[in-house]
Amino acid sequence: MELTTIWFLLVAVLFTGYFILEGFDFGVGMLLPVLGRDDRERRVLINTIGPVWDGNEVWLITAGGAMFAAFPEWYATLFSGFYLPLLLILLALIARGVAFEYRHKRPEATWKRRWDAAIFWGSLLPAILWGVAFANIFRGVPLDADHEYVGGLFDLLNPYALLGGLTTLGLFLTHGAVFLALKTSGDIRDRAGALAVKVGAGTAVVAVAFLAWTLTIRSSAAAVVLAVGAALALLAGLAAAKVRREGWAFTGTAVAIALAVATLFAALFPNVMPSTLDAAGTLTATNAASTPYTLKIMTWVAVVFTPIVLAYQGWTYWVFRKRIGVQNIPQH
Amino acid sequence: MHSWGFQVDALDVARWQFGVTTVYHFLFVPLTIGLSILVAILQTLWHRTSNERYLKLTKFYGKLFLINFAMGVVTGIVQEFQFGMNWSDYSRFVGDIFGAPLAIEALVAFFLESTFIGLWIFGWDRLPKRLHLAAIWAAAIGTNLSAYFILAANSFMQNPVGYRVNPTTGRAELTDFLAVLTNKVALVTFPHTLAGAFLVAGSLIVAVGLWHVIRNRDSADTDAYRFATKFGSWVVLVSSALVLFTGDIQGKIMTDVQPMKMAAAEALYTTESPASFSVLTVGSLDGSREVFAIKIPYLLSFLGTGDPNGTVQGINDLQSQYTAQYGAGSYTPIIPVTYWSFRFMIGLGLAAAAIALIVLWTHRKGRTPRSRWLLRAGLVMPALPLLANSFGWIFTEMGRQPWIVFGEMLTRNGVSRTVSLTEVLTSFTAFTLIYATLAVIEFKLLVRYAKAGVPDLTPAPADDDTDDAERPLAFAY
Repeated sequence: MELTTIWFLLVAVLFTGYFILEGFDFGVGMLLPVLGRDDRERRVLINTIGPVWDGNEVWLITAGGAMFAAFPEWYATLFSGFYLPLLLILLALIARGVAFEYRHKRPEATWKRRWDAAIFWGSLLPAILWGVAFANIFRGVPLDADHEYVGGLFDLLNPYALLGGLTTLGLFLTHGAVFLALKTSGDIRDRAGALAVKVGAGTAVVAVAFLAWTLTIRSSAAAVVLAVGAALALLAGLAAAKVRREGWAFTGTAVAIALAVATLFAALFPNVMPSTLDAAGTLTATNAASTPYTLKIMTWVAVVFTPIVLAYQGWTYWVFRKRIGVQNIPQH
Repeated sequence: MHSWGFQVDALDVARWQFGVTTVYHFLFVPLTIGLSILVAILQTLWHRTSNERYLKLTKFYGKLFLINFAMGVVTGIVQEFQFGMNWSDYSRFVGDIFGAPLAIEALVAFFLESTFIGLWIFGWDRLPKRLHLAAIWAAAIGTNLSAYFILAANSFMQNPVGYRVNPTTGRAELTDFLAVLTNKVALVTFPHTLAGAFLVAGSLIVAVGLWHVIRNRDSADTDAYRFATKFGSWVVLVSSALVLFTGDIQGKIMTDVQPMKMAAAEALYTTESPASFSVLTVGSLDGSREVFAIKIPYLLSFLGTGDPNGTVQGINDLQSQYTAQYGAGSYTPIIPVTYWSFRFMIGLGLAAAAIALIVLWTHRKGRTPRSRWLLRAGLVMPALPLLANSFGWIFTEMGRQPWIVFGEMLTRNGVSRTVSLTEVLTSFTAFTLIYATLAVIEFKLLVRYAKAGVPDLTPAPADDDTDDAERPLAFAY
């Protein structure tokens, strides 16, 4: 396999990992005002992701770094082109991350309420905007012959991209609710499970519509299979949630997110950012790539360190595998 | 914008944004780098001696560390994406080289740091003691390792090595990755930056410990605070010695690879041998005769070359040399900025070391200081090396100008061409506002938790009939 293909796959894998992991973090954050009826309940919700959210976010840092190293042109065009949405994502991630750490540092209700708002909006905005961004990457944007983005903000807010944003929003909400049903005990667990089924049903409709639209824009046999798989996984996950098999439900939503992201990447290949103007502007895995020497070094680093990272991060989830409920929240 | 009387363009704002967000990010990084290791050392002391005062100090300083850590993490994300957003032509030019250390940093170091910090925070009752201790060490090692890769990337901008410029694409391409990682600028900047970070972390430990020693005399934990104060002071003294030692080597390397930066550090316009070092100058720094200056003869020659009579090239000679080499244009940084940031860096760092020395002296043979002046000095102490760190970076980066990659790409050519002034202004304003707000919040929290003092150690509940699933978490957000 060509090095550029390997790195296309690796970038896809890193973003997939990011969306699976931070997807439920975002979901938990958005459900904070919905499922957390009082402070103790909200603390239960936050503490389900407390030990892991930071490690989850590193998937984004790594994906961004990998994109920079392996496809500098893609990185440069994407981040300078999608300027304002990316800015909003960054501001949201800043507010949300600090909120987790600071929310419980003072006892006042106002203090906590403000950080709760930061967690909610800091989860909601990225949950929508990542969908908008990836739908636009896939659909294509105006790039000139130098691969520079020449569109404006409103070129990014087209109906297809907005449906993409709605899809990630729904998927992360469902995924987060399922995660909470898996990780909490008592009343919250019941409510989270019930909510997952409701939100999930609506999400399934949106997601199927989005994937169908996706395949009319650009398609391949693999993409069709992946899209069908994504829809089936989501439905299976919801069915499992309905009968309170939470482990399977979580597997279902995780696989659904993975396959949905994979659908986009599979149908996108070998392009990485198609141009809606002259085809010469289109960025591909070849013309956006670094030199083979750089890719070779990066491949070795990835081959050695990715399994190590997966091992210790997986172990973290094992350490914190226990469900938590209001009875586990300390008084102070 | 014309109504301002001067022109602001996207390039200026992008530069200001980079400066503000980077200096801001680096207010938190030194504490993260230094405190992670120092807290790990405190926990190791507890592990080895079973003396509870070390456990109390671990938890106490650990809490301050975490308040700071969160800010470092979230402001770090901006750093990685800012290159693509505001400096996309730079990213296109150097991506083949510059992206690799950033990606490796994330994969090899940042994952380690972030995952194990979560294990450490929440793992007090979940992990065996030994493993819990290993978690803080893993996080601390990840943090320090991360600094290496970032500095290797930065060093490429100061002293590009291990590359060639492809004549067809006009882009820099990696030819020798080992050369990038063993760039002599990186090899010396790494220990210098780390030592500078420990200067900050040690100072914070002293400031908080000393406050409790003087103001909180009747505390049952005076013993612990005394230990912390002395421990922090020694950290400050040792690291300031290392800062000076590595800074000296840096000066010689800088004179070799970026002579203009060294000349700009002294506002030395004409080549001199021997060259003197001015402690301060009154009057303009434009090469005209100064009003007043305190000069130490031979010192600049010694700093730059190791020989008290060595030749140090002046700005004017370098400017004409660069004009011949790179074409017409100014190759001189803004001299007052480089001149004064260089002096503030050294002066503020030395001031912290001096306070540490006094603190140790006032604690000799079991004495307890009472001086209000010492208390005040102790409280400003962390700000001194922190500002010294900022000035050091301002010097390093402003002294590199007008280059973004020395000798290869001008800063003005690296900016994103398609990003409008409005967009950059929006992001600059947004970051500045959110950063300023968070700075106030963070500072107040640090003060609050520093004043609260070391925690009482509630004895672990005996293994009674309480079901594990019912037990409260040892730590919860």
